[in-house]
Amino acid sequence: MSTVRERSVPPGAAGRGTLWPYLLIAPAVLGMLYLLLYPLARAVLISFQDFRLRQLILGDADFVGLRNYRTLLGDPEFWEVVRRTFVFMAVGVVAIMVLSTLVALMTERLGRAARTVVLSSLVLVWAVPVVAATTVFQWLFHSEFGIVNETLTGLGFESYEGYPWFAHGGAAFGIVVVLIVWQSVPFAAITLYSALVTVPAELYESARMDGAGAARVFRSVTFPLIRPIFMLVLSLEVIWTFKAFVQIWVMTRGGPGEATTILPVYAVQTALAGQRYDLGSAASMLTVLLMSGVLVLYFRQLFRQEGEQP
Amino acid sequence: MSTPRPRPPVRRALRRLPLNAAAALTVVVCLFPVYWMVTTAFKPSTDIQSYDPRLVPGAWTLEHFRKAVGADGFALFWRNSLLVTLSAVLLALLVALGAAYAVARMRWRGRRQFMLAVFVAQMAPWESLIIPIYIISRDTGMLDRLPTLTLIYFMITLPFTVVVLRGFIAGIPPELEEAAQVDGCTRAGAFRRVAFPLLAPGLMATSLFGFITAWNEFTYANFLIIKQQDSRTLPVWLSSFQSTFGTDWGATMAAATLFALPALVIFLALQRHVTAGLASGGVKG
Repeated sequence: MSTVRERSVPPGAAGRGTLWPYLLIAPAVLGMLYLLLYPLARAVLISFQDFRLRQLILGDADFVGLRNYRTLLGDPEFWEVVRRTFVFMAVGVVAIMVLSTLVALMTERLGRAARTVVLSSLVLVWAVPVVAATTVFQWLFHSEFGIVNETLTGLGFESYEGYPWFAHGGAAFGIVVVLIVWQSVPFAAITLYSALVTVPAELYESARMDGAGAARVFRSVTFPLIRPIFMLVLSLEVIWTFKAFVQIWVMTRGGPGEATTILPVYAVQTALAGQRYDLGSAASMLTVLLMSGVLVLYFRQLFRQEGEQP
Repeated sequence: MSTPRPRPPVRRALRRLPLNAAAALTVVVCLFPVYWMVTTAFKPSTDIQSYDPRLVPGAWTLEHFRKAVGADGFALFWRNSLLVTLSAVLLALLVALGAAYAVARMRWRGRRQFMLAVFVAQMAPWESLIIPIYIISRDTGMLDRLPTLTLIYFMITLPFTVVVLRGFIAGIPPELEEAAQVDGCTRAGAFRRVAFPLLAPGLMATSLFGFITAWNEFTYANFLIIKQQDSRTLPVWLSSFQSTFGTDWGATMAAATLFALPALVIFLALQRHVTAGLASGGVKG
């Protein structure tokens, strides 16, 4: 292996004019084309067709133009789902960002040992698989044997004796939000923490010498410096909360009634339970459109960062 | 004791008290659900179905674990999950390594566009693609088969892997490889001997994320594996546990523990790489 090769003079301009880069990205490009773009195109197609169980089996779908979209947009129930999705996202994301910023700031100020303990427990939560966590939360909030009801009753809230959390819309909604927040804070907090660590200590010192209080230091020194990463985490959390599906599907199936039905759940329910694959696809596409509003923000952020790098 | 200033250390401890209390609260909130899952799994059924739950189990039993492991198909689903997860992660690493190298080390037309496509793919609406993927799999005879899941998990993890590995490769000074090339290595040889060992933490971090994603994945496993029960994976198995066992929460929690365990162990073991990986690759885009 260590024989001298004659032709191995390093190429001057790295890879320019050769096929190598294209060969190296070919598998990734092929994968994206076949496994991502092609299904996406099919989804768009289905959303413009009359596509129900019959068409699924026989495959002779007719195009119906915008009919599916008209049906959805004219359905007050759909708008209720949209409204609920945004409430769910807003509540969840605000809680996630506030809590994880606080946890990150706290972690930075802790001593070595305490910091390791906090970071380890965050990582641990992060690693708990979604389905496992969802099952555990069902158990925590179990009406009869759940530790939450037991604790609340023990604290004197007698009305929580045997309280059926999953039978009340508001309570079920609350539990789903709590679960999502509990699962999302670790990633956000650890990422923000790793951003905080990069802020030079001298900046804090000079700010404090100028007589700035803790809140002022955060607003004028810390936040502007971690802003890019904060925005990135924010966008990611918006997207992830928007797409929350497994937790809700496993825990409540969107119920009770429709209390926890957000857009992705609605799309799957419409498609699979109602066998309206066309309406389901249209709902998915509308979800994507709504989300792309957020994506625009994300890309703005991304390119601003790219621009900063040499 | 009579020194004039015993206060500063005390005052400092007092000042740190709220901070440490907050830290303790964070740890408790984080860990309690996990703790409750594990201890429930070890409690005898009579203690689980008690109106007076105890924080520390009074008696321990392995009965629930026996039940979970003895449940239909446990070993098979475990094997399926492992097989699908590992092959998806390996495939993603292999494909992403090439692409990340091309992006980080070479200049070529379309480089920016490729990265843009990767970023877009990272935000792909996977839940929206279930119906077409179902149809495509059915039409190509891939429904109810594990390779289908492998390919999908590969695609779900690929963009992230490319982004993070690109960050890592860009972080290694190209001069190191150039020096090796001057010493007679080929370009590939220089990469393999010089850059690859330095990439180890990055590879570990990304494969960890891939592992968690694939190990976790529920939606596709639930909707694409329908008739072939033998091809089911652990998340689906776990979600079906409650209906199978009615209200057997002990067995359910034992199953959840067994399912979460590999992820927890690997994550904790590699946690430093995870944070390093995030700091250097993922968040910088």
